[in-house]
Amino acid sequence: MSGSTYYVPEQSKWPILASVSLGLLAYGAAMTITAMTADRDSFGPWVLGVGFLVLFYVIFGWFKDQIREEAEGLHSDQLDRSYRQGMLWFIFSEVMFFCAFFGALLYVRVFSVPWIGGEGDKGVTNMLWEGFNATWPLLQTPDMKQFPGASAVIDPWHLPLVNTALLITSSVTVTFAHHALKENKRGALEAWLAATILLAVVFLYFQAVEYHEAYTELGLTLNSGIYGATFFMLTGFHGFHVMLGTTMLFVMLLRCFDGAFSPEKHFAFEAVAWYWHFVDVVWVGLFIFVYIL
Amino acid sequence: MATVDVDLPHVKDEDPHHHGPAKGLGRWLYTTNHKDIGSMYLIFSLTMFMIGGIMALIIRAELFQPGLQLVEPNFFNQMTTMHGLIMVFGAVMPAFVGLANWMIPMQIGAPDMALPRMNNWSFWILPFAFLILLSSLFMPGGAPNFGWTFYAPLSTTYAPESVTFFIFGVHIMGASSIMGAINIIATILNMRAPGMTLMKMPLFVWTWLITAFLLIAVMPVLAGVVTMMLMDIHFGTSFFNAAGGGDPVLFQHVFWFFGHPEVYIMILPAFGIISEIIPTFARKRLFGYSSMVYAVASIALLSFVVWAHHMFTVGMPLVGEVFFMFATMLIAVPTGVKVFNWVATMFRGSMTFETPMLFAIAFVVLFTIGGFSGLMLAIAPADFQYHDTYFVVAHFHYVLVPGAIFSIMAATYYWLPKWTGHQLNETMGKLHFWLSFVGVNVTFFPMHFVGLAGMPRRIPDYALQFADFNSMASVGAFIFGFSQLVFIYNVIQNVRAGEKATAQVWEGAQGLEWTIPSPAPYHTFSTPPKVD
Repeated sequence: MSGSTYYVPEQSKWPILASVSLGLLAYGAAMTITAMTADRDSFGPWVLGVGFLVLFYVIFGWFKDQIREEAEGLHSDQLDRSYRQGMLWFIFSEVMFFCAFFGALLYVRVFSVPWIGGEGDKGVTNMLWEGFNATWPLLQTPDMKQFPGASAVIDPWHLPLVNTALLITSSVTVTFAHHALKENKRGALEAWLAATILLAVVFLYFQAVEYHEAYTELGLTLNSGIYGATFFMLTGFHGFHVMLGTTMLFVMLLRCFDGAFSPEKHFAFEAVAWYWHFVDVVWVGLFIFVYIL
Repeated sequence: MATVDVDLPHVKDEDPHHHGPAKGLGRWLYTTNHKDIGSMYLIFSLTMFMIGGIMALIIRAELFQPGLQLVEPNFFNQMTTMHGLIMVFGAVMPAFVGLANWMIPMQIGAPDMALPRMNNWSFWILPFAFLILLSSLFMPGGAPNFGWTFYAPLSTTYAPESVTFFIFGVHIMGASSIMGAINIIATILNMRAPGMTLMKMPLFVWTWLITAFLLIAVMPVLAGVVTMMLMDIHFGTSFFNAAGGGDPVLFQHVFWFFGHPEVYIMILPAFGIISEIIPTFARKRLFGYSSMVYAVASIALLSFVVWAHHMFTVGMPLVGEVFFMFATMLIAVPTGVKVFNWVATMFRGSMTFETPMLFAIAFVVLFTIGGFSGLMLAIAPADFQYHDTYFVVAHFHYVLVPGAIFSIMAATYYWLPKWTGHQLNETMGKLHFWLSFVGVNVTFFPMHFVGLAGMPRRIPDYALQFADFNSMASVGAFIFGFSQLVFIYNVIQNVRAGEKATAQVWEGAQGLEWTIPSPAPYHTFSTPPKVD
């Protein structure tokens, strides 16, 4: 609430183009997936492709405008605060998105799977699959024909433990990068940021190895009952967020090479760092609730 | 609301960035102006209200008599589904966001929304999302037909092909809502004029702050549940299939964890509007301002722990039934505080009954009826009889039509002179009110009776003994539906011409928005006003 005059950004073509791209992406994705399941041809992939093209055009254009306007000194302290609050609330919305899947995992583990197994309040549902025995991880699904359960699950104390160490370390390195930026040590900033990206890429590689092992050796797939469903949805969405975060970190590194950010003004960098910490915290939750417990 | 004394040095544009609206279509496509975006939201909402309304009239026409006359049962199901989805996501929510866009910056002394370009993005997603949703009507297999609550497995195993389009449509409209909500919170927390402390904010601003929090908390959960549907339908997962260890009831839990806060998203801004209008026409300060704020906050927090009262008959453990029953009844306490405060504000006030006030009073009375029938439904043992009957339909239409929709109309009539600069045509406004008031009650009151007598919801045909009340409800629906043409006429007339409105418009109106000229200039506050 400071400053004698307010700053209101100019008109822009990016929001409407972004809406067009979202519309194309949604329609194209629905066409593609529907046709895929029905096993017929469609021009959905083309719609999807155009949607992505427009999206990339918007991302580049919008951020370019944004960076230019900031360089011109148009961004007031008030606008800076709005960006910060906006980013924090966006991260909160992401947390709630993951909560939906964690909640589903909790519900099936604590309530519905034991019930189908004949335990507890609603154990009468066991009559649907008599002889079904509730265990977790659920390797023996009620209907093994429709949902063939996995032969084993991922051992948390191998790759997942390494991955936990990688991501927690990357949270520390990105903080070191931030401190270097605040002390205007550009070399250290770039080095720590590059280290963070390296850790992230190794994490993603291990995640891919783990998925490959799950599908080819363990028979743990999306189709292997509720364990596979919750496992792949939680780790998959997390992995997708790591990919996004890595891309964002990479863009930050490129901008650092370009001489962007000052020790005082570097909101873009901070926003990416916040996002990275969020991705980390979600992983810790995953490690505990999906892998260990 | 606390009275605000305003020192308003200049409402003129000095900044070179501040010019009038751009010319042509570009103004609407590229705009960053909260008033333009607010108008677009409101026009979009009205359009959807008419489309969803036509669907409601198709439903009521079919139900005018027992037997199948006009539509196929499958098409009937598509109509009930699309009517619900369009009214909730296309009419009520965008209308409140439109009002927030117009009024919040003016009420807190801000020049615009905090993130004006994202604001434009939030709006423009909506036409695309609803084009996708409406296009499903023309797809093979037809539009979604599983009810607006889209319970699995109706919406997964047995769904028409168009369900995938519905899922992606919900995804992008959710993105729109989240961005809109982030913008509103950032505006309220960051853009208030000096001196506008939180407890001096008008109640409309307060209710929207809390609503925006609810939106950010639950729209992602909706995205999560439709994603699980998508995976179950196309990628072989078993979230909602017990054969793989999942549970169809899981769908209902996740959906209603979103769904119950969602119904408060549609009523809290209405509370704010009513709390603005009643003091103006009672010419008294709002009774119990701070208790109003705390009541809204309590209602919002409680809304996270009551979701399973929609599922009493699904087979929950007894402890669940009891917990959700009592938690739900607890909500009646803060809601009672609000109704009490509105009545106490009117008590011994110098009341006049202009059109906005008529809608506001009707809101208080009819919303309370909807609240009481909600209390009846909250009683778990009794709900076993009411569940999925027309009594439920009567209940939620009482809180949404003479609740949410009446508050939107009240707000439109209340602030329209500020937007257009023209005084209201009271005669036509009152005509619209009385037609709507009679129409609403004739439509929805008989539904209580047929519901208690056992008529199930979402059926195109029914037993003979329900015929009289149903034909009555259908007549009411057509009265209510066509009387909205009067509303459209009133708005268009007011935009085109009318007696010049003063800055204050209404004799008893208080607050920052009434200190600026009518119509409000394109850019309101280029320098922050001082609020003491």
